[in-house]
Amino acid sequence: MNRGGSSPSAAANYLLCTNCRKVLRKDKRIRVSQPLTRGPSAFIPEKEVVQANTVVERTNFLVEEYSTSGRLDNITQVMSLHTQYLESFLRSQFYMLRMDGPLPLPYRHYIAIMAAARHQCSYLINMHVDEFLKTGGIAEWLNGLEYVPQRLKNLNEINKLLAHRPWLITKEHIQKLVKTGENNWSLPELVHAVVLLAHYHALASFVFGSGINPERDPEISNGFRLISVNNFCVCDLANDNNIENASLSGSNFGIVDSLSELEALMERMKRLKEEREDEEASQEEMSTRFEKEKKESLFVVSGDTFHSFPHSEFEDDMIITSDVSRYIEDPGFGYEDFARRGEEHLPTFRAQDYTWENHGFSLVNRLYSDIGHLLDEKFRMVYNLTYNTMATHEDVDTTMLRRALFNYVHCMFGIRYDDYDYGEVNQLLERSLKVYIKTVTCYPERTTKRMYDSYWRQFKHSEKVHVNLLLMEARMQAELLYALRAITRHLT
Amino acid sequence: MEKMSRVTTALGGGVLTGRTMHCHLDAPANAISVCRDAAQVVVAGRSIFKIYAIEEEQFVEKLNLRVGRKPSLNLSCADVVWHQMDENLLATAATNGVVVTWNLGRPSRNKQDQLFTEHKRTVNKVCFHPTEAHVLLSGSQDGFMKCFDLRRKDSVSTFSGQSESVRDVQFSIRDYFTFASTFENGNVQLWDIRRPDRCERMFTAHNGPVFCCDWHPEDRGWLATGGRDKMVKVWDMTTHRAKEMHCVQTIASVARVKWRPECRHHLATCSMMVDHNIYVWDVRRPFVPAAMFEEHRDVTTGIAWRHPHDPSFLLSGSKDSSLCQHLFRDASQPVERANPEGLCYGLFGDLAFAAKESLVAAESGRKPYTGDRRHPIFFKRKLDPAEPFAGLASSALSVFETEPGGGAMRWFVDTAERYALAGRPLAELCDHNAKVARELGRDQVAQTWTMLRTIYCSPGLLPTANLSHSMGKGGSCGLQLMNSFNLKDMAPGLGSETRLDRSKGDARSDTVLLDSSATLITNEDNEETEGSDVPADYLLGDVEGEDDELYLLDPEHTHPEEPECVLPQEAFPLRHEIVDTPPGPEHLQDKADSPHVSGSEADVASLAPVDSSFSLLSVSHALYDSRLPPDFFSMLVRDMLHFYAEQGDVQMAVSVLIVLGERVRKDIDEQTQEHWYTSYIDLLQRFRLWNVSNEVVKLSTSRAVSCLNQASTTLHVNCSHCKRPMSSRGWVCDRCHRCASMCAVCHHVVKGLFVWCQGCSHGGHLQHIMKWLEGSSHCPAGCGHLCEYS
Repeated sequence: MNRGGSSPSAAANYLLCTNCRKVLRKDKRIRVSQPLTRGPSAFIPEKEVVQANTVVERTNFLVEEYSTSGRLDNITQVMSLHTQYLESFLRSQFYMLRMDGPLPLPYRHYIAIMAAARHQCSYLINMHVDEFLKTGGIAEWLNGLEYVPQRLKNLNEINKLLAHRPWLITKEHIQKLVKTGENNWSLPELVHAVVLLAHYHALASFVFGSGINPERDPEISNGFRLISVNNFCVCDLANDNNIENASLSGSNFGIVDSLSELEALMERMKRLKEEREDEEASQEEMSTRFEKEKKESLFVVSGDTFHSFPHSEFEDDMIITSDVSRYIEDPGFGYEDFARRGEEHLPTFRAQDYTWENHGFSLVNRLYSDIGHLLDEKFRMVYNLTYNTMATHEDVDTTMLRRALFNYVHCMFGIRYDDYDYGEVNQLLERSLKVYIKTVTCYPERTTKRMYDSYWRQFKHSEKVHVNLLLMEARMQAELLYALRAITRHLT
Repeated sequence: MEKMSRVTTALGGGVLTGRTMHCHLDAPANAISVCRDAAQVVVAGRSIFKIYAIEEEQFVEKLNLRVGRKPSLNLSCADVVWHQMDENLLATAATNGVVVTWNLGRPSRNKQDQLFTEHKRTVNKVCFHPTEAHVLLSGSQDGFMKCFDLRRKDSVSTFSGQSESVRDVQFSIRDYFTFASTFENGNVQLWDIRRPDRCERMFTAHNGPVFCCDWHPEDRGWLATGGRDKMVKVWDMTTHRAKEMHCVQTIASVARVKWRPECRHHLATCSMMVDHNIYVWDVRRPFVPAAMFEEHRDVTTGIAWRHPHDPSFLLSGSKDSSLCQHLFRDASQPVERANPEGLCYGLFGDLAFAAKESLVAAESGRKPYTGDRRHPIFFKRKLDPAEPFAGLASSALSVFETEPGGGAMRWFVDTAERYALAGRPLAELCDHNAKVARELGRDQVAQTWTMLRTIYCSPGLLPTANLSHSMGKGGSCGLQLMNSFNLKDMAPGLGSETRLDRSKGDARSDTVLLDSSATLITNEDNEETEGSDVPADYLLGDVEGEDDELYLLDPEHTHPEEPECVLPQEAFPLRHEIVDTPPGPEHLQDKADSPHVSGSEADVASLAPVDSSFSLLSVSHALYDSRLPPDFFSMLVRDMLHFYAEQGDVQMAVSVLIVLGERVRKDIDEQTQEHWYTSYIDLLQRFRLWNVSNEVVKLSTSRAVSCLNQASTTLHVNCSHCKRPMSSRGWVCDRCHRCASMCAVCHHVVKGLFVWCQGCSHGGHLQHIMKWLEGSSHCPAGCGHLCEYS
């Protein structure tokens, strides 16, 4: 996915998915139309986001209180589909950006920029460039990493690992940062930074996962903003109508009756619930299931199943435009399947040995007071959020589904729950959903509208946003757990 | 009964012997439990499940229960418990939600007895009934508790907590049917084993998860709970409402709590994270642990008293893969290292001193304090035989009073209230302060002010004759004069002052300040730019006044000081940003490398060239004036300030510092200034001169000081609709989701200053109300009340 910065054509301003490039290469005359969607999200029709008055009022209250920019941005608008959650989200975000904390304000925004840049999320970068300058940041820093103090630069390594392969973080990384010296980080500062990094990596997932549109305010232009570009390929935005291509026809969806798909899912949930008592898989079986799920996530092709190109081609396309890459080092470093790195053989992270509730919370709260409570509330909120509906059905217990989503994300980061039967993931999450989950959590920048549309076609958009929230928080928690565990090990 | 007699014989025969010792395990432990014979301990963890015999000198591995080629998750234990009635019976809770019982009496190598796979999530805790042989209770992450009868294949009853995950379950030792359970959301529930439909009682014990609980072995109804909020609480459950009896604040979240046998008020705790030590607390002395065991190198995960009637042996397992036996007599006792003495200076020079009684008694022979007004008071607590630290509980308190008059501080209060520090031209300020000092009989101070005026204001401006004698003399003469005054005048100045009348002082602090023009001006400014720094205001006011004068006097002459005064003025536009910057304490940390700071510095630097040319020009003018430039005196002034500060009159030092501002500030190093400011502010606050102290804080230029009044500026308010406190912010109520304070004029939320009529209780933005009442005398809300604004 490349922003064709050098090309002067109309298409140049849009990201092109690999498939479309191929098409474009074939046929230069193709006209690309403006994105069809208006409103906060490119994936969700504007009318879906529009809310009842009371909700709007409530949202405005929240924005007035907690927004750092003081306006209703697109993220907030999309999240306002779940006001309950929105409150804890905004509150914790506000706390880490504006309230008492060990890091100075411009630092916080710069760290947010660094984190967002790992996923080339120009939406978040733009937002925080403005905030960074507003809080008195030095404009020079925005020229790139060479211009920032060594201390911030040192954060690069941990930013990189945290974003893509958090399991590689060791206590040595922590030691290197806190080692006394000119540019050392104090533990509270480090924890603050880690919380910010994890938050913005996860938020980037949400931004791409829900197709958040760039903000419409062309008047702010300070030269450091990236040109607001929609990150989604035109073929997605045009609802698949514009591009007619023979090469695609083979991989079109089979016309499945999506209604029956939903019925089938509900049926499976019901069966699982009943079966629970009867059939008990042996322990060996359980651990094989985890391994299987882990392995299988490998074959959920990174990126996009419909554009099934060899991996290398993706690598070629991953040359990032210079304006984003100035905030990061080693841009080629990306997610690598946890299951794949056989030779290093890191042990699986046993969730019960280092849980957020027992350990993570205590450590975070000790070093960066009160954020623990806010994050705790947020995690709890997202995990327990339910309206007891599934698409058209009401009064459904979705606990199982939510747990499957949450644990599947953790599974891809190598975190295993002893008390979870990973067979359930297989039963509950269809392949297209797995593709979506994997893309959103591991390579969010590759998400397309097609992926978003292809799973759970019967479900409401608000439910899909709910899925995105779950993925985001699961990812954040996974990153935090690895980072905090490393800090704990450093302390002992 | 039979059990009891066995125990006494065992103890009487001195069977329990041992020493502090530890042994290495192969893997981290999650929990430990002791056999009732106190000779064996079981250790369980993710990959360890072993029984050790406790011998006199060492632990000896007796049995490895983790058998089988491929260890299953059923063996990954979160908790283990040994039956207190049956030596052969154990139960474990597995992380995958299985409850396993073990029968050591089985002949085969595999001792696994029964498997209960009813929980869907990790089982956090298992507990045997203290007297019933076959009853086992489990609590799980899925929010359910189950009671098993070991003679049956499945659970007898299921208890649903209706809230979140269960963290601990404990059978009451005294009440046959009762058990307590603790939850992740901070609740504690009390259940009757016969009534699975609903709990007997529920209350919120902690903020955040309650990790553990323990019933008192003797006192029926005492329950200790420990939570993530770092507290251990002791509840009395016998009363109608659970009553919190004691609360111990630890330094980390509490993972386990166990009452110490035979010691009614002692309990042992270990923590979940960060802190590796085991503490034994006396719940009545909740601040210092009675004993501390520091053997472990990683968090302690399990603790158990070795014998239910022996208080001296504690066993513990830890994540550092070791098992320890601690002897109480080997424990370190923080109390011994603590300093049980307290000393406090009163405002009027009184001195109170509290110490251990023994210490005072030992030294009483040569007690030199003859000026005692009151005799030392002794407090003595009744000795408690069960209390090993009774000796420490008795202490003596002595109060000594200084001689009347010697410490009287009336002059200090008067001076503080009446001094003018800003808002007027320098000359006037000096004159005013000199007058104040003279009226209070502090001639030397008055003289100093007069001289300062002479030094820093041009001579032509002096209107009065009282300065003429020093005017004609050179600066060095003035200094000599001052020095001689210093020595002579100090003592009578102090002696003549009388003891402060407290109530009068209080009343004055309110009234006097109101008519001080300086405070009024700054207050008004402050109403508009809330949270802005006032030093800028001060500088502006000061500089303006002085400029006017200078221009009047000599229009072409630019005062050499001016460029320096202008600099902060140029920086003033930056000030509005301060609204955005974090609250006070952060400034301190930012100081070194805050980009904000350096940003403004850069601005200043860019302005510098313009200014320097300016000042060059003016310096030449000054020399032409044949008068000594004030810079010439700056050393002397600095020495003078140091002298006053050394004398103990930090008030003078700070006042001069503020009045002279830029003129002397650069000569005195930051730290000294800060030190003076903080001591002066401290003194002012002790005299409850809040207004003066705030003014000083505002006028100070030291970053560390000026942020003092930006910290803890929160004022908590209650919602006007539901009368509940509004926790997170002042204008929206969390509960009724309404804006609490609306402006009656513009109908918007008032986020800053809210003024309201005490007659009809309508109000709004200060400016709006003021404007409204200029035109109308009726209430803007239309209630018909005739509001007054004064």
